[in-house]
Amino acid sequence: MAKKFICEICNQTFEAASMPDKCPICGADSSHIKEVKSKGKGINTNSNVYTVVYASVMVIIVAFMLAFVASALKETQDANVANDTKGQILTALGYDKAAINVAEVYSEKVQDNLFVDGELKAYEGDFNTTYGALIKNGELHVFTATTAQGETAYVIPVVGRGLWGGLWGYIAVNETKDKVLGTYFYHESETAGLGARIGEKWFQDQFIGKPIFDENGNVALTVVKAGAAQAENEVDGVTGATLTVNGVSAMVKDGLTTYAKFLSGDECPVEATDEKSQEAECEQTDVEQ
Amino acid sequence: MSKLFSNENKAAFTNPLNMDNPVTVQVLGICSALAVTSQLKPAIVMGLSVTVITAFSNVIISLLRKTIPNRIRIIVQLVVVAALVTIVSQLLKAYVYDVSVQLSVYVGLIITNCILMGRLEAFAMQNGPWPSFLDGIGNGLGYAAILVIVGFVRELLGFGTLLGFQIIPQSWYVVNGGWYMNNGMMVMPAMSLIIVGCVIWAHRSINKEKK
Repeated sequence: MAKKFICEICNQTFEAASMPDKCPICGADSSHIKEVKSKGKGINTNSNVYTVVYASVMVIIVAFMLAFVASALKETQDANVANDTKGQILTALGYDKAAINVAEVYSEKVQDNLFVDGELKAYEGDFNTTYGALIKNGELHVFTATTAQGETAYVIPVVGRGLWGGLWGYIAVNETKDKVLGTYFYHESETAGLGARIGEKWFQDQFIGKPIFDENGNVALTVVKAGAAQAENEVDGVTGATLTVNGVSAMVKDGLTTYAKFLSGDECPVEATDEKSQEAECEQTDVEQ
Repeated sequence: MSKLFSNENKAAFTNPLNMDNPVTVQVLGICSALAVTSQLKPAIVMGLSVTVITAFSNVIISLLRKTIPNRIRIIVQLVVVAALVTIVSQLLKAYVYDVSVQLSVYVGLIITNCILMGRLEAFAMQNGPWPSFLDGIGNGLGYAAILVIVGFVRELLGFGTLLGFQIIPQSWYVVNGGWYMNNGMMVMPAMSLIIVGCVIWAHRSINKEKK
């Protein structure tokens, strides 16, 4: 790219690739040579007005593009998310979501229910893809389903926090509600290769067949350090991902405890500590935990 | 056609693969080299994503380079990169949902990757779209190569697997009565910097001999 230079001694302009040592016309020293900035070729890109206008136009264009893309694709994305959530529920039930038509199998095998006043009622509304807020509001969803092995199962959604962001999962329990039949966990942004491994099958399959309660009827299913699982209701964690694994452990425990009333038929769920109207004897058992 | 593959353009593509490698020579993108290399697969995915995004943001900035006001050029570059990554991730989410789930963690890491900003500032602002495209591909692949080396070492020694397949025989492990144990250090992020350091050392001593 040739640049234009002007020599102050002979007042001649010439072109060169870079600043020359001396003027090629009169031989003057390079300190007398100035580079000529090409002006008049349209706009000065360094002026304040240009900068402000450029920034505004760019921001408006980009904002429009992003808004357009987001709204144009929203429907397809939502459908994908709903389908994927159904796939996650089916994974907890032992199906291979890559090998089946998720929507079809889901509508055939799974029924979405609400747990109200001690019994299950069919849920009529739209399919939900996140359950954190619903569980907080006391809207407890329970999916009744048939597993890939043909057993009757209940699937419970659970939510929690890992190291960097949210975790969620689905736990399938058997008909008598005391054993895990399968799980599915996933995460928003756990470390790839470490915390993210909770989303892998080998980790989730460890939960299969684990009892939920200990002999006192408390939720006892926990995840421990990798390789340290001894007791019947302990599951091996992931090496190098202690905080994520602790998050999973807390999520499983909290999730199952929230559903304790459904799982054990007990009248005193732990969440009742928040409710003022609960009877004193109930609160006592809660404190012990 | 011959102009498209002139020596200069070839150099824009091949230099970053070796003599001007973004990680080992320019020392860019170290943070993501640390974050995603504990296993081989995320390292490959990240390497390829960065390659694609670097190439295309290089082209866009190169096309705009004569209009960009000098004082806000970094902001313009950042807006282009962030918009590009966001749009790509939205498209993936709509049409290839599985891939988008795989990539979700990397989106933030790609936007903040210094290789992108470094190449936009150092190359695309001065060169035409085609050389910039080649430069982006070259730098992305140079980055991917280092990530794969680090991921290879860390997964093999840290987990005994490669791409999830068991490489070290199960019977070697102490739990099964053997003599071998996975190196827990390799799983930790600090180890990736030590490996990158070793790669830089090897790379520099080889290149010194050449000169």
